[in-house]
Amino acid sequence: MAQTYRLQDRGRVDLERPIDFTFNGKRYRGYAGDTVASALLANGIHLVGRSFKYHRPRGILGAGAEEPNALLQVESGPRTLPNVRATQAELYDGMAVTSVNAWPGPDTDVGAVNQLFAKLFPAGFYYKTFMWPGKAWPYYEKVIRHAAGLGKAPTDPDPDFYDKRYAHCDVLVAGGGPAGLAAALTAARSGARVVLADENPEFGGSLLSARETIDGKPAIDWVQATLDELRGHPEVRILPRTIVFGYYDHNWIDLLESRTDHLSRKPDDRPRQRMWKVRAQEVVLATGAIERPLVFVDNDRPGIMLASAARSYVNRYGVKPGNRCVLVTNNDGAYQAALDMQDAGIEIAAAIDVRAEATGPFTERAKQAGIRILPNHGVAAVDGAKRVRAIKAQPLAADGERLTGASRKIACDFVASSGGWNPTVHLFSQSRGKLRFDAETAAFVPDRSVQRARSAGCCQGTWGLMGCLKDGLAAGAEAAKAAGFPDTKAGSTPKASDDGFLPARWLWTVPGEQPVGHKGKHFVDYQNDVTAADLLLAIREGYTSIEHVKRYTTTGMATDQGKTSNVNALGIVSQARGLPIPEIGTTTFRPPYTPVTFGAWGGRDVGDLFDAERHSPMHAWHVRAGAAFENVGLWKRPWYYPIGNESMHDAVQRESKATRDSVGILDATTLGRIDVQGPDAVEFLNRVYTNGWKTLKPGMARYGLMLGEDGMVMDDGVTACLRENHYLMHTTSGGAGDVLAHLEEYLQTEWPELRVYLTTVTEQYATAALAGPNARKLLQEVTDIDLSPEAFPFMTFREGTVAGVPARVFRISFSGDLSFEINVHADHGLHMWQTLMSVGEKYDITPYGTETMHVLRAEKGFIIVGQETDGTVTPIDLGMDKLCSSKKDFIGKRSLARPDMLDPQRKQFVGLLPDDPEEVLEEGAQLVEVLKDAPPMDMVGHVSSSYMSPNLGRSFALALVEGGLHKHGQKVFAPMPGGKTIACTITNPVFFDPEGERLRA
Amino acid sequence: MLLIPCPYCGARTENEFAYGGEAHKVRPEHPEEVSDEAWADYLFLQKNTNGTYYERWVHAHGCRRWFNLVRDTLTNQVHGAYKIEEEPPKVDETTYV
Ligand SMILES: [Zn+2]
Repeated sequence: MAQTYRLQDRGRVDLERPIDFTFNGKRYRGYAGDTVASALLANGIHLVGRSFKYHRPRGILGAGAEEPNALLQVESGPRTLPNVRATQAELYDGMAVTSVNAWPGPDTDVGAVNQLFAKLFPAGFYYKTFMWPGKAWPYYEKVIRHAAGLGKAPTDPDPDFYDKRYAHCDVLVAGGGPAGLAAALTAARSGARVVLADENPEFGGSLLSARETIDGKPAIDWVQATLDELRGHPEVRILPRTIVFGYYDHNWIDLLESRTDHLSRKPDDRPRQRMWKVRAQEVVLATGAIERPLVFVDNDRPGIMLASAARSYVNRYGVKPGNRCVLVTNNDGAYQAALDMQDAGIEIAAAIDVRAEATGPFTERAKQAGIRILPNHGVAAVDGAKRVRAIKAQPLAADGERLTGASRKIACDFVASSGGWNPTVHLFSQSRGKLRFDAETAAFVPDRSVQRARSAGCCQGTWGLMGCLKDGLAAGAEAAKAAGFPDTKAGSTPKASDDGFLPARWLWTVPGEQPVGHKGKHFVDYQNDVTAADLLLAIREGYTSIEHVKRYTTTGMATDQGKTSNVNALGIVSQARGLPIPEIGTTTFRPPYTPVTFGAWGGRDVGDLFDAERHSPMHAWHVRAGAAFENVGLWKRPWYYPIGNESMHDAVQRESKATRDSVGILDATTLGRIDVQGPDAVEFLNRVYTNGWKTLKPGMARYGLMLGEDGMVMDDGVTACLRENHYLMHTTSGGAGDVLAHLEEYLQTEWPELRVYLTTVTEQYATAALAGPNARKLLQEVTDIDLSPEAFPFMTFREGTVAGVPARVFRISFSGDLSFEINVHADHGLHMWQTLMSVGEKYDITPYGTETMHVLRAEKGFIIVGQETDGTVTPIDLGMDKLCSSKKDFIGKRSLARPDMLDPQRKQFVGLLPDDPEEVLEEGAQLVEVLKDAPPMDMVGHVSSSYMSPNLGRSFALALVEGGLHKHGQKVFAPMPGGKTIACTITNPVFFDPEGERLRA
Repeated sequence: MLLIPCPYCGARTENEFAYGGEAHKVRPEHPEEVSDEAWADYLFLQKNTNGTYYERWVHAHGCRRWFNLVRDTLTNQVHGAYKIEEEPPKVDETTYV
């Protein structure tokens, strides 16, 4: 298909390299160097989508990051990207793009019926329409999500990968236009490490769209020469297609580099995008400026675009947005676009100029070029819904608030509009720099930097090209010097023109035939469909703070962050309230400057690399044995070992019974281990555990309970005295890191006088726990340690060999049965395990996982920190107050004496026996004493652990119940969803071998 | 992302550190002699100054040492770091309203 609107004599696209693509399924052709937007315009297409709220037909407004309308879905399937700005997406061969928010297409959109109900969508419509009754919210939300569904997120796994890189530099330059290039140049000459980033594939910024000269030659020659010199500096990193999107504390800058989005064939070995996280000594912001649209009636019709965008399409892409243009402007600078368009053969039908007098350097040149100017005119009406057909001009009344006199209709096929310029202060604002309102240009400009940054060029309100170059050279030199590099004189500035865009007239709402809000819409924020009428309504309803107006109307929100709308909204509010703009205030621009994909945030931290996994040295054996695993902290622990098609329930019943009947083996490697040494070690243990440690002799071990300073149980475990002043502390598997941090904190900050040294030795050992009546017989076959009860009593440890390797064996028990925990060097773990398994065959040794471990310990009423406790449970609540020494202070002791802790109605630890021995309570189930027909009921506690026990021959549970320590024998009920109620009796939590004969055997 | 000057390692990125709240709060030497109210103060209340703040940090993913930092909580400007046993640096203190 012919590109009717392609200019052959200008533009930077490569006419030798045609590119085929599809838009809404139809084939079109563009050229290498095009964006999707420029290629669509070359094919005469303006209508690309529908608006967010009203489903109004929308066209292409801008030519870069500021684009609020032309958001497209790129590709389909797993690689699809929603809401891509057509103005930034580089065209590649075979590219498939579709409209978003329009079904079946932008031309015939079903949602457009919303326009008929526009009265239902005023400012704050979310709040007014969808907030009552609360019950209906899930339904409303569905409707809103569908209506608000701009693009479609991919549903399949992402086939691409993404990178993250960290970098340091002396000077980071954000933006590769004239000011940025100049700044990079002087910084590089000083020897500084420079990072220069620009969102475009080509450097040059506004110069790519300009026809100006620098030192008498085309500006692009200067760009080329500057880049050549920069490439010669080894310390300079040049990043095209890289957008600086976030500016955080202490000059931490986030950049997003696009690596394959512009390629037709995506190489497998290249990341799609790469996120750079840069710590910069000094920053130069050279982010340019964004043109403001004028707020006139129906200013969103396809074919109405920013004057600077029209200029960019003509000069940079060699595309005519149309054949007959009307310029609507409030400033002199826009005539530069008109002149360039005229030069390209576009007829300028008229220039509607809201200024009382049309003057200024570009205006004068336009007059000489024969352009018809209508000064002191407004826009009465716009013709054409899906494409502008004509614009009606009418003189402005003296006060500028309405139109007067005769109107005239001017036929056109596109409109270039300019309402002045906004310096792109987003990054500066993100850096928490203070903004100042410049009344002359009606724009916010940087005032005071808070971080080590400076702005240069248009983004700080320098409007002429020569001024931008001068700014940049000075900023680069200053930044390098501030980073400690030699003073390089900025040198003389290359010669260039230095015209800005003034004079201008700040008419924030251009009046139309009808008052604002009647017949037609004056759009302020295109992306969020916010009109001047919405802003006025918000003010009438009493919203005075700009922050409130913003949230109520949603202007300047979402991905757009007010790039084109911010100052226009402020101007309208200022006018309505009769206050100058600085008194209205400005809003803060938040990161990201443009949207960032989740893939880029995730980087390589996905799939197997999402989180670290810890494996015991016996892990491979467990995998071979077909274990199911569960996560405990970062550890993968065997959960149970199903045989054949065994269910989890069956496996756990079998493992539990086999252990109590003969012998079971558990991988207990994951227990945390902290080596505690030093002359004050025992004093330290005394302070961090609730119980006393001074009587613990070498060779002995003791259970300890550790509290936080708030008196709540934080960890428990067995600590052994290895020799004088040397202890080995065991923590829970998940709590090891927190416990070490907790101990270090007290040691370093409260008790630095204690000579105690802590080392984590968790990874140094592999541990197998043998449990069951045959544990001793089995172990005795492979060890030289005398295991007789007299030589090796309960709660002691012995050193010797097991399976021929050095071992430390603890006689401790978490199962309540005769048990030995065998610790060997981690490297010997698998050997030890395999030896015990093969020698244990004659005892039918059964490997068991964490689930069986839980059943066995619960039968004994042993708590698990994090299951029976949740950060609100004290030792008193657990009935473990005997473990709290009265002879010494310990962390948390004082808190146990607070009145709340002594309340007899606190939730306390109990056992539960369901009336029906086959009924297994759900963990987390709430308990009540008084049943009612329906909730709410007074809840008195909850189930913390619940199992079926083959050893008890019935179900049982552990729970926390208000005043439960004194309620043994009483009934509680667990009302379940669906109306079923499980009746239970409160009991002592020790169900199995209450005398402890088995574990001491 | 703050840049935090660990007194033992030098300047490192914030995500290597963990925050420890207000500095120079001393655990009572004899907690059992402290009133319930004073103990609750010690346990639960922090100054939470809007301005110059003396606070504890630990270089959790580095040297594992605790130290103190003087930071402006509004601007995040860091005025200096010092070891637990050291005196704080002299700083022109600011409190915002
Ligand atoms: Zn450190």
